[in-house]
Amino acid sequence: MFFLKRILSFIPLLLVITFLAFVLARSMPGSPFDKERAPASPEIERALRAKYYLDEPLIKQYLRYIGVGWERNADGKLQPFKGGLIRGDFGLSTKYRNHTVNDIIVQALPVSLTLGALAFLFAQGVGIPLGFYTAVKRGQWGDYIGSFFALLAFCIPALVVAPMLIVVLSIKARLFPAGMWETPLHAVLPSVALGLYFSGRVSRLMREGMSTVLHEGFITTARAKGLSESKVLLKHGFRLAVLPVVSFSGPLLADLLTGSFIVESMFRIPGIGPFLVNSLQNRDALMVVGLVLLYAILLLVLNLIVDLSYSWLDKRVKYE
Amino acid sequence: MSDNSAPAEYLSPNQRAWLRFKRHKPAVISSVFLIVVTLLVVAWPLLQRPAVAKRMPAPLKVITDAPEKGSDAQYQSPSARYWFGTDVHGRNVLARIMSGARISLLVGVVGAVVALIIGVTWGSVAGYVGGRWDNIMMRVVDVMYSLPSILFVIVLVATFNEFLRSWLTKHFGPLAGIYAPMLFLFVGLGAVSWLTMARIVRGQVLSLRHRQFVDASRSLGASHARILTRHILPNVYGIIIVYLTLTVPAIILYESFLSFLGLGIQPPMASWGTLIAEGAGQINPIRIYWWLLVFPCAMLISTLLALNFVGDGLRDAYDPRGERA
Repeated sequence: MFFLKRILSFIPLLLVITFLAFVLARSMPGSPFDKERAPASPEIERALRAKYYLDEPLIKQYLRYIGVGWERNADGKLQPFKGGLIRGDFGLSTKYRNHTVNDIIVQALPVSLTLGALAFLFAQGVGIPLGFYTAVKRGQWGDYIGSFFALLAFCIPALVVAPMLIVVLSIKARLFPAGMWETPLHAVLPSVALGLYFSGRVSRLMREGMSTVLHEGFITTARAKGLSESKVLLKHGFRLAVLPVVSFSGPLLADLLTGSFIVESMFRIPGIGPFLVNSLQNRDALMVVGLVLLYAILLLVLNLIVDLSYSWLDKRVKYE
Repeated sequence: MSDNSAPAEYLSPNQRAWLRFKRHKPAVISSVFLIVVTLLVVAWPLLQRPAVAKRMPAPLKVITDAPEKGSDAQYQSPSARYWFGTDVHGRNVLARIMSGARISLLVGVVGAVVALIIGVTWGSVAGYVGGRWDNIMMRVVDVMYSLPSILFVIVLVATFNEFLRSWLTKHFGPLAGIYAPMLFLFVGLGAVSWLTMARIVRGQVLSLRHRQFVDASRSLGASHARILTRHILPNVYGIIIVYLTLTVPAIILYESFLSFLGLGIQPPMASWGTLIAEGAGQINPIRIYWWLLVFPCAMLISTLLALNFVGDGLRDAYDPRGERA
C-alpha cells in the first residue's frame, strides 16, 4: 500500500519535471535547424517547424508532448492528440532525423544500464569488503592504509581515472580496448573508471556503519554467548552495518549517472550520456526532455528498490 | 575524549575542537597545503608578469621554426624552463593550471557558500518550525535527493547562458561575457548541493529548539528570528563548518565534470576540468603528452584529498563521538 502510494506520487512529480524541462529546453536560444547545410528557404523552414509543431504556442506544444488534449483536424472535428507521453511516445528528434526519441532510448538505454550496473557492482564489491575490513581493524595499520585508499578513491573522479586507464592499460600495455562497446573486454575499463570513485564512498559508509554497530549491545551479547568472531561480525554485525550503504545508494546512483556521461564520452560508448550532451548542443528539445525524464524515472524506481531492500534488511523499519 | 595536554574544563567548545583538530596530522598538513596553494593562486598574476615578458617569445619561436605540417614541436615536455611542459598552443601548462585553479577553487568556494546559505536557511526553518511544515520541507529535500538535479543545471546553463552572456557584454563590456558560465556554476551548483547541509542543520536545530535556554529567551520576548540566529545557530556552527568544507570538493568535482563535457567553463578560460579534457583529447597511440594529463589531474586530486582530510579532521574535532583511535 505504501509503495502503491509512492508510485502514484511519482506522477505529479514527473509532470512537474517534464514541464520544467520542456519549457527550459524549448527556450534554448537558436533554432534546431541552425546547423542545416544550406540556409533553408523560408518555406522549407516553415514546413520543418510545422512538422515538429514548433509553430504552436508553448503550452499547446507541451500538452501535445504529454498527449493530453484535443485538436481540430482538417474536417474541423475535434480529435485527441496522437501519441504523447501517456501513450509511451517520446516524440521526434530534430537532430537525428527520422528517429523518434523512443528509437534512441531503446538503442542506448541497455548500454547505459549495463555500464551502470557493472560499475555499481564494482563499487559495492570493492567498497563493502574494504569498509568492513577497516572497521574491524580500527586503529591498526590495516585500517590506516585501507582508509587512505578509500579516501584516495573518493578523490579520484572518473574524469581522471578514465584517461589514465586508457593511456596505461590500453595504449601502453595493450591489455584492453580503448573504446567502443562490443565484447565483455570492452566493459572492463569503463566499469572500473566509473566505479572506482564510488567504491571509496561505499567503503567510508561501510566503515562508519560497521564501527557504530560494533559498539551495540547485541554484538557484546553475541560475543558473550561464545559465538565465533567471524560469525558475530558477518551474521550479526554485517546486516545492520550495511544499512548506511543501502540508504546512500539512492544519491549514489544519481551521481553514478552523472559520472557515466564522462565515461561514455571518453570511451565512445553509445549510451544515453553522449546523446544528452549532443542534444543540448543541437537544441534538440524533445530529446533533452525525454532523456531527463528517463533519468528521473530510473532514479525514482531505483530509489524505491533501495527503500524496499532497506526494510528487508532492517526488520525494525516498517512502511505502513 | 579526554584531553591530557590541557585543562579541558576551562576551554570553550571551539578551543577544545581546535586542540583536537591540531592532533589530526593529515588534516593539519592538508590545511597547510591548501593555504599554500591558495596563496600561490592569488599571487600568481604578480609572479607571472615578469616571467611572461621573459618567456613569451620562446614558444612562438618554436612554432615558427617548425612550420611543416604534422610537427608537434609546440608540445614541450617538462623542462627547467617549463616545469609542467607546454600545451597544444605552446602555452606553459603550469600557468594554465594556476589560472585553472583560480576558477576551480572560486567556483568550489562560492558554490559551497551558496549551498550553505540555502541549506542552513532551509534546514533551520524546517527544524525550528517543526510539525507539518517540517514534514513538507524535508519531503522536498528527499524528493530532490532522488532526482537528477545536475541535469537541470546542465539544461539551465544551456538555456540561459547566451542571454546572460549578451547581457553582461552589453552592460560590462565585451570581456565580461566570458564570465557568464561561471556565474551559472556558482548559483547552479550551489543550488543542487545544499541537501545534505539542510538535513544536518535541521536535525541539530530540532534537538536544540526545546532546550531551556531557548525557552528562556522566548519567555523574555525574543522574536523567532532572534532566537534562531542568536541562540540556536551559534550552537550549530561547528557542524556547519564541517559540511561546508566537505561541500567544496563536491562542487569542484561537479564543476570539473561539467567543464570536461564542454558545458561549464568555456575557452579561453580554463578550469581543472577543461585542462584534463584538453589533455584527454590529445591521447593518441603515437605519442603520449603525459604532462598534459598528469599535472592537472595531480592538482585536482591533491586538492580534493586535502579538502577531504580537513573536513574529516574538523568532523572529528567537532563531533568527538566519531573519534579516531
